[in-house]
Amino acid sequence: MQELKTEPTPAEIRDQKPYEAWGLSQREYEYISQKLIGRLPNYTETGLFAVMWSEHCSYKDSKPILRKFWNDGSRVIQGPGEGAGVLDIGDDQAVVFKAESHNHPSFVEPFEGAATGVGGIIRDIFSMGAKPIASLDSLRFGELDKPKNRYLLTECVAGIAAYGNCIGIPTVGGEIGFDAVYDGNPLVNVMCVGLMDQADLKRGRATGTGNSIIYVGAKTGRDGIHGATFASNEFSDEKATDRSAVQVGDPFMEKLLTDACLEIIHDHSEILMGIQDMGAAGLVSSSAEMASKAKSGVTMNLDLVPQREPGMSAYEIMLSESQERMLLCVKKGEEQTVLDIFARYDLDAVVVGHVTADRQYRLYQHGKLVTDVPVTSLVDDVVEREQPKKKPARLENVQPAQTPVVQQPAETLKNLLAQPTIASKQAVFKQYDSQVQANTAVTPGSDAAVVRVRHTKKALAMTTDCNARYIYLDPYVGGQIAVSEAARNIVASGGIPIGITDCLNFGSPSDPESYWELDQSVQGIAQACERFDTPVISGNVSMYNETDGRSIYPTPMIGMVGLIEDVAQITTQSFKTAGEAVYLVGDTGNDFAGSELQKLRGQMTPIGQLNFNLDAEAANQRLVQQAIRQDLLQSAHDLSEGGLGVALAEALFEYQLGFTGQTELTNSQLFSETQSRFIVSVQPKDQTEFEALAGKQAVLLGRTTDQDAVQLVTADGQLTARSSELKATFGGALGCLMK
Amino acid sequence: MMKFAVVSFPGSNCDEDLYYAITDDLHEDATIVPHTATDLTEFDVILIPGGFSYGDYLRGGAIAKFAPVMSAVKAFAQAGKPVLGICNGFQILTEAGLLPGTLQHNRQMQFICEPEPLLVANNQTMFTAAFQDQQQITLPIAHGEGNYYCDAATLAKLRDRHQIAFTYQHNPNGSVSDIAGITNEAGNVLGMMPHPERAVEAIQGGTDGLLVFKSLLQAHLRTV
Repeated sequence: MQELKTEPTPAEIRDQKPYEAWGLSQREYEYISQKLIGRLPNYTETGLFAVMWSEHCSYKDSKPILRKFWNDGSRVIQGPGEGAGVLDIGDDQAVVFKAESHNHPSFVEPFEGAATGVGGIIRDIFSMGAKPIASLDSLRFGELDKPKNRYLLTECVAGIAAYGNCIGIPTVGGEIGFDAVYDGNPLVNVMCVGLMDQADLKRGRATGTGNSIIYVGAKTGRDGIHGATFASNEFSDEKATDRSAVQVGDPFMEKLLTDACLEIIHDHSEILMGIQDMGAAGLVSSSAEMASKAKSGVTMNLDLVPQREPGMSAYEIMLSESQERMLLCVKKGEEQTVLDIFARYDLDAVVVGHVTADRQYRLYQHGKLVTDVPVTSLVDDVVEREQPKKKPARLENVQPAQTPVVQQPAETLKNLLAQPTIASKQAVFKQYDSQVQANTAVTPGSDAAVVRVRHTKKALAMTTDCNARYIYLDPYVGGQIAVSEAARNIVASGGIPIGITDCLNFGSPSDPESYWELDQSVQGIAQACERFDTPVISGNVSMYNETDGRSIYPTPMIGMVGLIEDVAQITTQSFKTAGEAVYLVGDTGNDFAGSELQKLRGQMTPIGQLNFNLDAEAANQRLVQQAIRQDLLQSAHDLSEGGLGVALAEALFEYQLGFTGQTELTNSQLFSETQSRFIVSVQPKDQTEFEALAGKQAVLLGRTTDQDAVQLVTADGQLTARSSELKATFGGALGCLMK
Repeated sequence: MMKFAVVSFPGSNCDEDLYYAITDDLHEDATIVPHTATDLTEFDVILIPGGFSYGDYLRGGAIAKFAPVMSAVKAFAQAGKPVLGICNGFQILTEAGLLPGTLQHNRQMQFICEPEPLLVANNQTMFTAAFQDQQQITLPIAHGEGNYYCDAATLAKLRDRHQIAFTYQHNPNGSVSDIAGITNEAGNVLGMMPHPERAVEAIQGGTDGLLVFKSLLQAHLRTV
């Protein structure tokens, strides 16, 4: 078919500057033309540069900061830079994980935006050679009193469920938080975890001159063109109709693609030189990055690319973000083996090009050379931009937060349990198949989800965490806390934290205050990671989380994986029987800065100073780890939003227990959010041994009972409530708010 | 060894779970058989797993019934040998006409995954003989289209001929008469929405599901 519309000439591009709308600056355009390719780029080439030089693909603004992350550690097999990071878990096995954001698409088209977020991260995992074994979702929405936010929550959850359930990967957890700052800019972060034999490790590399580049999976359509650029710009209500930048997912196709690729990786590893997902910026980013990493060149014939509709230009084919596509590099002469396997799965697989030695990136269409630029100019030569940083005025002269007066602790507890951020998320979690693959040992709702490693004694604990209210108050300390809380969740589940991934959701990098917040949080995260020996092995940056000039709280979501050496050590947050002794591990202060109680009392924007001590955190984690190892604990639960009161209540619900006890803490302190604390329960026969181990780190609070009553005498009052009533409040709140 | 075939369609996702339930936990022989297989006579039991065969884009099981393997499944069932369809497998068996009725969207139009208390309504079948009569058990459910429907005449027949094998104690999806699983009239084909293969080891949260497979094993041992 004849292309009727003619593309602008290089000179017209220079004069009319269409690249500015695609996110490429005048300086970048000139640098590319003058320094990198020595001529004016044509229309297709300009489009390729615009996406490859977008923040979403190049990390040009965030890289100077991301270098501050710590990614060493004895378990690291693959750190950042590939589809996903890889950690050694012994027995020649490895765990693979990464998280990714799909914030902007999920606002425009929440069902497909969230669904394709799941699909994209799964491809990153199996492209490394791993079988995806679990996914988790970290979601943030505006408050549910607005119908739009209820709609976004309902549709995002439905999209995650539709994709994840169909593809057969258990969605084992995650977290959901609500705050008015996410109005118009929800966060949808998806983490996927995979398991592999180390021998199967694959990387995204186009190695070996003459080897074939094979395109696999769904046909290329006009969807998602410039999705990466879309993600690298601030959002406005006008763009809410920008639906063509959102892709549509097909989980059935992805299931076939996963199975077929893993079959090739397992059975024909020797002929598969490299494999990579076509994610953001689709065909151009996957092929150019594979060539860059292998220090090779690539030549492709776009006429061979499977296309959904006729008349697509080179520009459209290369920039399409159609889903469920992979790019493989296969040894010359062995292509048929690979093509036959994909044919058995009824998938398109086509040799579209080959590897060259000269490090040039060449594209042909209709017999014409439409792109001829150095691979390095697309990938490696992107000019980093360390942006100006400025500490926000709100962080000068910060005072300690006031201690709220709590006269009726039972009422306060009920109100906190009904806060959507705290309330049970079962109404959401039960829409996810959390048990397919039959390895899920701890389902969503406890501190961390646990998936056992079949045919071994091992299990993997996993969690996502971030309290953005803390980050807003102090991005450095808040970053430390985010990592620490994730580690507490892993430890409470019986695991040793072994590594993290992250989704850094921030405002625009050109805003010096946002950029400063990013820098500070990354440093805080890095310091905590080094302390807990949890290297950052992968991650994702989502900046420009601003709508109509208003930024979200900086939200660096931490996804952490822990190793449980023996499934016998799996521990959950619930007290198990009546008569267990309940201890509070860690000291409690008056920490109300950014707390849920502060918010409940009408201080919607957090205020006050955070207190945090990494040494105390590490010591308390060590204690719980040791106690679990010595088989002394019936349960362990990390204290987070809502403090001791909320954690104690949550631990009672599963087995419908009551509690009676006494504490030196005040009514208010029941809801203080002092960090580094756990509650644990111990059988009477083990109390002596536990107390000897814990020393002053733990204090006895009371005992579980089989009564439908919670009674806790405090220094200045008493909390008295029925467990069943607390449970009903906790269990029903979110469902009510969603109606 | 008793030989189980697990029929895998494109989009099946519980095939490996069933395979492991048979090999690791029942300690019998299992083979994952592709949807293109045409001869299943060497097997003692056919298991049709859960998942989303062909994406279930039209209706659960509506495309899978046309797969090449289905004539072999029908021949196997007609020979009186045991066929067990779980979740999507149940949907496929109703679509293929091997079981009466149909499975509609859940009443609340949402996918539900949770442990579900059930009653063994008939322990006189080759799939349930290892249970006590009216035994209360718990098995996980995970489906979006598990709302069993049949007309009144069919329901009366199901009752008269003791074809209702499992019922829900707290009907989660709107199924007629709380039905969670039914057999055919001859009693050798069972379809059930709950997932016994997800409840075969304590670490999964329960072991009630193993008794379904043990029932099949007992029935088999009586015939050899």
